[in-house]
Parts: sequence; structure tokens; C-alpha cells
Amino acid sequence: MSMAAEERSVRAPWALTAPALMLFVGVLLIPLAMTVMLSFHDWGQYKGIEPVFILKNWHEIATDPYYAEMFWRTFRIAILTTLLTALLGAPEAYILNRMDGRWKSFFLLVILGPLLISVVARTLGWALLFGGNNGLVNKLLMSLGVMRSPIPFMFTETGMIIALAHVMMPFMVLSVWAALQRLDPQIENAAMSLGAGPVTIIRRIIMPQIMPGVLSGAIIVFSLSASAFATPAIIGGRRLKVAATLAYDEFLNTLNWPLGAAVATLLLVALVLIVVGSNALIERRYAEVFR
Amino acid sequence: MAYLELDRVAKQFGAQTVVEDFSLSVGKGEFISFLGPSGCGKTTTLQMIAGFLDPTRGAIRLEGKDLTAIHPAKRGLGIVFQSYALFPHMTAAENVAFGLEMRNVPRNERAERVRAALAMVGLAGYEDRHPRRMSGGQQQRVALARALVIKPSVLLLDEPLSNLDAKLREEMQIELRQIQRTIGTTTILVTHDQNEAMSLSDRIVVMSQGKIEQIGTPQETYERPASAFVSQFLGKTNDFAGTIDRTVAPTQLLAGSWRAPAPAGLGGPVTVSIRPERIGFGDAGLSAKIITRIFQGNHWLFQCDSECGPAIVIRQNDGQAQPAEGDAVRLTWRPEDMSVRARAGA
Ligand SMILES: Nc1ncnc2c1ncn2[C@@H]1O[C@H](COP(=O)(O)OP(=O)(O)OP(=O)(O)O)[C@@H](O)[C@H]1O
Ligand SMILES: [Mg+2]
Repeated sequence: MSMAAEERSVRAPWALTAPALMLFVGVLLIPLAMTVMLSFHDWGQYKGIEPVFILKNWHEIATDPYYAEMFWRTFRIAILTTLLTALLGAPEAYILNRMDGRWKSFFLLVILGPLLISVVARTLGWALLFGGNNGLVNKLLMSLGVMRSPIPFMFTETGMIIALAHVMMPFMVLSVWAALQRLDPQIENAAMSLGAGPVTIIRRIIMPQIMPGVLSGAIIVFSLSASAFATPAIIGGRRLKVAATLAYDEFLNTLNWPLGAAVATLLLVALVLIVVGSNALIERRYAEVFR
Repeated sequence: MAYLELDRVAKQFGAQTVVEDFSLSVGKGEFISFLGPSGCGKTTTLQMIAGFLDPTRGAIRLEGKDLTAIHPAKRGLGIVFQSYALFPHMTAAENVAFGLEMRNVPRNERAERVRAALAMVGLAGYEDRHPRRMSGGQQQRVALARALVIKPSVLLLDEPLSNLDAKLREEMQIELRQIQRTIGTTTILVTHDQNEAMSLSDRIVVMSQGKIEQIGTPQETYERPASAFVSQFLGKTNDFAGTIDRTVAPTQLLAGSWRAPAPAGLGGPVTVSIRPERIGFGDAGLSAKIITRIFQGNHWLFQCDSECGPAIVIRQNDGQAQPAEGDAVRLTWRPEDMSVRARAGA
């Protein structure tokens, strides 16, 4: 190969990826870096943003228990949502996988269909059903005399977890589904022929093999739930804030951009650490199944 | 006498009949092969014995007891799947131990039996390997050990060697046969490889489109095929159109210019089947011309154009001079080497 050709072959990949790379740097890395920088700036009610380097915002987040509580709530909601989707989604995927042909594709469509509808519309659905005295279900139950007051759903963590789990379910089902596709179609028969009953087959043979799928689904659901905005905003409003809605409020209502930036940065860093850490753990633990 | 008995077993999927009128009795310790082309219902039959499929009609009995009434987990059969279906999250030893665990075999005895089973298939020292870190041949051995360690009443093998390369397959065939002889487990092997069926089995069940074509020892099925299908499927064969002339005495069988005294009981148009290695070159007989001559080490393969259509001839490479391409030859064979069937539709 000549020198020129060699040089060209080195440069070609760079030239080909340049547009995507520029887009990536332009719309993601630069704003991200600016947000991180912003979190170190000063802000006052009357003076606005001052481009200096201070730790005021970080100090406030670290010392004011309000932020600790709010972050703890964010992760609590994300963890419970993840648990709920795993508990419902994994069996759902398994049952779906055992259905035959036509029903399988029909129910797969039913499960994945919601992905085509906006998160806002799906969450508003919950609000329409359970929202205060005017919620459809609440009205029905109250008029039937089953309940006195509306079911506590809006502005509660429970409501937020249920609505989030509904929104996130397809990701869990898809992830477990993919793991199920990798199973040997005869694996259950093999276990059965060795004398295993249905419960043993699920517990000893199926579960360990789909666990990586459940866990990678859990990582997706957890990170999406912890950073979710639309659902917490609609169900929790300004009464029950999570990290994402708090950052939004600081940016657009209080106009304290530096504090909002600090909250957003902390959320991002925490999420990246959790996701990367648990991913590494999972891959180590399930090396044999992943291979 | 029959240990395992299939009595007019049939299986339908919807309107499609996949296995029909399948009757077979297997003696204790026997090695049986189901041999047939892809899609002929071998796996379906095996799965009915295993209990993963229910027969539409017919009965399956083991030592006189109705097997279909017993849940597959309670049948106590050993099964090796084509894909092995090993448990990827367990080590080789854990895979083999699984069936013993399900039988509540005490831990010490379990460990001892697992060790012995792995040693028997030549995998001593591989106890802690996971299946995905093993070669195809090694996985196959783990699957065999897993099926045998539970001391199954019948061992069912569904094309266990088809994923191995030719050399390994031959080694495993010999090993499989030796293991089966040593422990004497009644075995049913599904295969579409006629060499495998012939070298391993006591008897072969030749199947085609869900029906049994012939049941017999490897020699019987090869030398006295019951149908055109069997003779075609088991090795190469030449089918010549012939006639039996009853107007002369003694009656004569004619195939082109080859002639012999006719076998009793047949008349009119017939098909003469003769294996290529039983044909020789002589002074009289079917006249033919050699089209190609292929040297294959220990034998020569001739493709000829004869009076009765294309013919193949195999001759041992015994150092004698062989005819060359383009030569005109006469093909002859001994009457006892051929099989004669009435020719349908003629
Ligand atoms: N669950 C099923 N539903 C409908 N048809 C089936 C089903 N299983 C098998 N068949 C059909 O039954 C026939 C026999 O299948 P089977 O798997 O027994 O063949 P086989 O002899 O084992 O072939 P191969 O050598 O390819 O494994 C095939 O035509 C197949 O399409
Ligand atoms: Mg098959």
C-alpha cells in the first residue's frame, strides 16, 4: 500500500464520522459543559447570573436537607417503579413468549402500542381517571357510595410510581423478551425429562437465564424513571417534586439557573455512576449467560 | 418380550398427518435407529415417546405399562437433544447433577455419580467448565452424561452428532456404541445419516413421510431393501427396468442383454435393484459405455451409460487394470446380489 493510500485509509473514518461527531459535540457536549460551568456561577434575586466561580450552589445542595430528601424521593420512586415493572413485566414477557403465533403478535402489539402514544397523553389518562373529584373512576366510586373521598392518587408517590410503571413497562417487557429469545427452545423439555416440575423449571432454569434481561431492563427503566419529567410533572405537580421537576422549576420559575444547573448536573452524575456501576456488576455476575 | 412397544401410533397436527400407523417393539438393551429424510416424522415420534407430544392415536408401552399416562417428568427417560439443550448457567458437573438432584439423591452419592458419568464420557477434569466454554463435542458429551447419569430406562437421542465435524462424529459414534454396549441401556437414535444408523444400530427403522418403510438389521435393510425408497435411501443403488419372460422354459429375467433364470412368483415388468459394488465387468451382460471414471483411493467409481439407463459401478482398487473412459463394457452380477420387485405403472 502506498503512503498516500495509507494516509487516506486513516483519514477516511474520521471524515465519514465528522458530521455526526460535530452534531454530537454541538448539541450534547457543549451544552453539557456549559451546564456544568453554570452550576458554579453566582445568582441573586436582583443581580441575576454572575459568571464567577463559587461553590455556593453545591454547598446549598450538600447542606440543605430539602435537596437530600428530594433526591432520595427521586431514587425511591425510580427503584420502586423498577421493581414494579420487573415483577409484572418479566412474567408478562414469559407468558407472552409461550402463547402461540397469532395471539403472540396481537399481545405484543398491545404491549408495545403505548410506545406510539406520547408520555403526556398516557399520564393524562391516569389523571382523567383518578384526578380528584372529577376523575372518572373517583366519580363512579363516589356516586356508587363505595368511597367518600377520591382515591389518593394525584400528588402521591404511589400514584407517580403506578403511572411511571405503566409508561416504562414496554422497555422491561422488550428486554426480557429479547433474553427469552436466546433460550434454547428445548431447554424446558430437557429439564422436564430430568424430572423437574414447572415451578423448579422456572426457578432453576428460566429465571437465571433471563436475569440479565431483567437487569438490563431494570437499568433502562431506572434511569428513565429517575430522570423522567412529564409523568412526575403531571401527577406530582409542584407539590411533590423530583429532581427533574425541581431543576425545571429553578430554571423557568425561580430563574435561578445556576442552582437548577447544579441539580441537573448532580442527577446526571449520580445516574451515570449508578448505571455504569450496576452494568459492570451484572456483566461480571452473569458472564456465563452473556457469552 | 418387548421392552418398549409402540402400537399403531399416529400423530396429526391439524389436518396434517405427520406419523401414521407406527408399530415397533424394542427389546431390552437394543440399539434402534430411526432413519429417514428431513421432515419424515422422526423427531415427532421420539417426542411422543419422551412425552413432549401426545399421540393422536395408538399406544406406547414400557414393560407393558401405558407410558402415555405418565407425565414426561416421571417417565425416567434420558434424552439428548440435537441442540444439546444444556443449562448454560450451570457448570458441566451441575448440569449432570440436575437430574440426580430432582431425584433427591444424597449429596455424596450425587458427587460420586456425576464424577463417574463425566469420566465415562471422557470429560474427567471438566467438572467446573460452563457449557459455552466447551467445544461442540465436549458439550455433546456433557449432554450424554446428563442423560445417562439418571440410569434411564430408555435413552433417546435426537440427531446428537449432526453438529459435529466428520472426524469427531466418527469418533463419537464409536464411543457412543461402546458406552451403550457397556451399560446396556435400551437406546433409540434419530438420524438422517445412513452410515451412522448402519454402524451403530442393532436394527434400523427406515421411515418416509411418517410411515415405516422397513424394520431390519443394517445388513437386511441394505441387502434386501423392502422398497425402492429404502434401496435409494440406504446407499447408492442401480435400478434397471427388466421383464420376466414366462413364455420360455425355464422362465427368464431380462434386463437389456443381461439374462438369468427368473425368481419364482413374479411376472411381467419388474425393477432390478443392484448395488454398484456388486457389479463387475465381464464378457457378457448389460452393454454399457463408461462416461467418467473417478479414482477415490481405495476404490474406483465408474459412471456408465447402459442399455437400461445410467448405471454406477464401484470396483475395489485391487491393483488390476481398470477400463478407461469411453470404453465399451459389459456389466454383470450374480443373481443372488440383486433384488427384484414388480414394476408399478408398467
Ligand atoms: N408443532 C408442529 N405443528 C405442525 N407441524 C409440525 C409440528 N412439528 C412438526 N411438524 C411437521 O411434522 C413433520 C415432521 O417433523 P419432524 O420434526 O418429526 O421431522 P424430522 O423427521 O425430525 O425431520 P428433521 O430430520 O428435519 O429433524 C414436518 O413436516 C413438520 O413440518
Ligand atoms: Mg428432527
